[in-house]
Amino acid sequence: MITERPFTLALVGRPNVGKTTLFNALTGSRQKVANYAGVTVERAEGVADGGGLRVVDIPGLQSLRALSEDEQVAQAVLMGGDQLDAVAVVLDATDLERCLFLFSQVAETGVPMVVVLTMTDLAAKEGAPVSLPDLERMVKCPVFAVDAVKGTGMDEFIAGVRRAAPPMDAGFELGFPPAVKAATLRLSERADSPPLSMRDIRERLLFPVGQESGEWDKAVAAEREGLLGSGIQPRTLDAQTRYSWAAHVLRESAQGQHPGRALTDRIDRVLTHRVWGVGIFLALMYLVFASIYWFASPFMDGIEQGIGWLGGLVEGALEGQPLVQSLVVDGLIGGVGAALVFLPQILILFFFISILEGTGYLARAAFLMDRVLGWCGLNGRAFIPLLSSFACAIPGIMATRVMPDKRTRLATIMVAPLMSCSARLPVYVLVIGAFFEPIIGQWGAGLALFLMHFVGVVLGAPVAWLFTRGRKRQAVPLALELPRYQIPKWKDVLLSLLNRGKVFLKTAGTIIFFMSLLIWGLITFPRADDPEAAYAPSYAALPAEVKERIDFDAYVEQQLMADSALGRMGRFLEPAFLPAGFDWRMTTAILAAFPAREVVVPSLGILFSPGSDTEEDPGTLRDSLARAQWPDGTPLINLWNAAGFMIFFALCCQCMATLAVIKRETGSWKWPVIAFTYMTALAYVLAVVIYQVGRAVG
Amino acid sequence: MSQSSTPERLRFCDLKPGMKVRIIGCGPECPMTDRLADLGLTPGAEFEVKRYAPFGDPVEIRVRGCSLCLRGQESDGIVVEPI
Repeated sequence: MITERPFTLALVGRPNVGKTTLFNALTGSRQKVANYAGVTVERAEGVADGGGLRVVDIPGLQSLRALSEDEQVAQAVLMGGDQLDAVAVVLDATDLERCLFLFSQVAETGVPMVVVLTMTDLAAKEGAPVSLPDLERMVKCPVFAVDAVKGTGMDEFIAGVRRAAPPMDAGFELGFPPAVKAATLRLSERADSPPLSMRDIRERLLFPVGQESGEWDKAVAAEREGLLGSGIQPRTLDAQTRYSWAAHVLRESAQGQHPGRALTDRIDRVLTHRVWGVGIFLALMYLVFASIYWFASPFMDGIEQGIGWLGGLVEGALEGQPLVQSLVVDGLIGGVGAALVFLPQILILFFFISILEGTGYLARAAFLMDRVLGWCGLNGRAFIPLLSSFACAIPGIMATRVMPDKRTRLATIMVAPLMSCSARLPVYVLVIGAFFEPIIGQWGAGLALFLMHFVGVVLGAPVAWLFTRGRKRQAVPLALELPRYQIPKWKDVLLSLLNRGKVFLKTAGTIIFFMSLLIWGLITFPRADDPEAAYAPSYAALPAEVKERIDFDAYVEQQLMADSALGRMGRFLEPAFLPAGFDWRMTTAILAAFPAREVVVPSLGILFSPGSDTEEDPGTLRDSLARAQWPDGTPLINLWNAAGFMIFFALCCQCMATLAVIKRETGSWKWPVIAFTYMTALAYVLAVVIYQVGRAVG
Repeated sequence: MSQSSTPERLRFCDLKPGMKVRIIGCGPECPMTDRLADLGLTPGAEFEVKRYAPFGDPVEIRVRGCSLCLRGQESDGIVVEPI
C-alpha cells in the first residue's frame, strides 16, 4: 500500500483578517503548536478533511518584506522551505485594499494559490459588498467566501484548494512602469547577471542593499540613478504600483468605497479619549489583576491540596526508604508542584489577554501606552509582554515575538523578569506580615504590598532605556493598527488557552523538574549515616531554655540543612551578604531560591522554624523570624534588612525557567547571562544600600 | 478646507485632528519610507487625522479605510498637502 503525503496548505494573511478562526475551524483540536527549527516563531499545524489536508498557519503579516521574526519565517515558508502544495491567502472583505497588497506579493512568489474571503457579510452591511466572480477574474485564481464561525463555505473551500494555481500562469500582472520593466530586462540580459528571477532583479533595482561592489551591482545602481532622473521614486514605487493594482481590483470587484466603521468610531471616541480612555484603561487593568488573584486562589488551593495528597500517598508507599521517599516527595513532587501552582494564574491572565485581543481592545491599550513606554525606549507593543510578566515572565517573554523591532524586543525581554511576578508574592506577604504590619498597620501593609509591585517598574524604566541606547536603530515604525471592535470568538480563546498551558508546562515543567533534583541533592548531601546519633551530643549540650523551644527531631532537621552542601555554601558566603544584614540562614534561603524563587518560603521554614508545618500555619514562621537573633543576642531582622530582603527578592533573577526562555527567544546564552548578572547585581547593591542607609539613620 | 492655487505643504507634526490630507512624498531623511509605503502611505494616498493619544503621540490616521497609529518622530519625513 502506498501512503500518500497529505496535500499541504499554508494560510497567509494580514493580522486580524480571521485567519486563526479559519485555522481553528479547519483543524478543530487536531492541531499542535511547535517552534520552527532554529528560530523562535511558533508554527501552528493541523490536519483537516479527515486527514487528507495538512494545514500550516503562518503568523499574520503586514508585508512580505521581512522585518519581524514572524515575517522572516513566513517568507522562508513561502519561498519553498516547507513543501507547500498551495497557499490560501485570507482577505478581509472590509479591508480589501491592503489585503490585496499582500496578495500581490505572495502571487509573485509563483506558488499555487487560492483566495479566502472573510467578513463578506459585514462588508455588505457597511455598504461595500464584494462580487466574487469579478474578484476571481481580477486575482486570477479561485476565490471562496467563507464564514468560519457559522461554517458556511468551508466544504467548497476544502474541495477547492486542489484547484489552486499560480496567478502568474493565468496572466497576473502588476503593471510596473515601462521604464522599470525595461531596466530590469537590460539587467537580466547582461552576461554577468546573477541567477535571479525577474522579480528579484526588480527588487534589487528598487531597493538598494548594503554593499554594491561588483560590476553588475554598479549597473544596477546606474539604472536606479536613471529611474530617479526620470522622476520615479524607487523606494516607494513598489508599494505605489501594488496599491494602484489593488485599487483597480477594488473598483472592478467591489463598490469602490471603503466600508464604514461607524460603531467602532463611536466606541473609540470614549475608549481612546485623553481622560475617559486612560481612566477606563486603568480600571480595566486593575480589574484584570484583581480577578487573577480572586479567581485563581481556589484553583491554586485545589492544586496544592492535590499535590499534598499525592505526596502523602507516595510517602506512605515508600515507607522505610527515607532517602527515596525524600527525593520523590520533597524533591520531585514538591518542586514541580511549586511550579504547577502558578498555572491557574497564568491561564486566567491569558484568558483576559485573549479576550481583550479578540475584541480589539489591546491595540487601543498599546495606543494609549505608547508614549509612556516610549520614554524608556520601548513602544506600545511592549505593553502586553510586560503586563503578562506580572503573572509570570515566561509567557511575557514569549509574547515579545510580535515586536518587529529587534532592539525594542530585546530590551523588553531584558526588563520583563524585573516585573513583579506572582511567585514573589509569598515573600512580600511573609516579610510585610512579620516586620511591617505590626508598625504600619493593616492598611499600610496593603499599601506596601501594592508598592512592591512598582519596584520593578521603576527600575525597569532606566534599564530598558540603557538597553535601547547605542544599538543600531531599526527602520521599523510603530505602525499599530486599530481593528474594528468584535465579539471575541470563544473557540479561538479556548484553543489559545490550551496551547499556552501546554507550552508553559513543557518549558517550566522540564527545567523545574531537573532543578528540583539538584536543589534536593544540595540540601540533602552530605549527610551523617545516622543523623540522630550524630547530633544527639550537641543537642544534649544545648542550654535548657533553647531545648524548650526546639525538640530533638526539629533540631536534627535544622542541623542536617546547616551541614548540607547548600548550608555550607550559605555560611561560606555569609560575609558577602553581611553588608546587607543577611545572616547565613537568610543567605542559604537566597541560594536555595536561585533556581526557582518560590522555594524561599519553605527553605526559610526549615531554617528558622524547623518541625512546624509552615504551609499549614504561616504565622509560626512569621513569629520565628521576628524572634530570630544574631549570635550576640540582638534581633536578627529589623525594618531595614527586612526591606532589603524584600527588595532583593523583587529584583534578583531567581528563576531558571526564565533564563532558559530568554536563551530560547534570543538564541544565545549571552542574554540570559547578562540578565542574571545585572539583576543580581542590582538586587545586591540595593539591599546593601538600604541596610547601610538604615543603620546610619538609626 | 479650500485651497489657493499654490498648494500648502505641511509636515507631519503640523497636522490637527479632523484634517484631510494627501501625501506628496517622503523626505530623503525618512528612514522608514519603505515600510510606511507598504502600509499604504504612498505618494498620492489620502488620509484623515483622527486623534492623538493622551500624551500627544502617537496619532491615529484613517488611510485606505483603516486606522493606523503612527509616531510623530517616525513619520516626520512625510510631506502632505491639505485637500
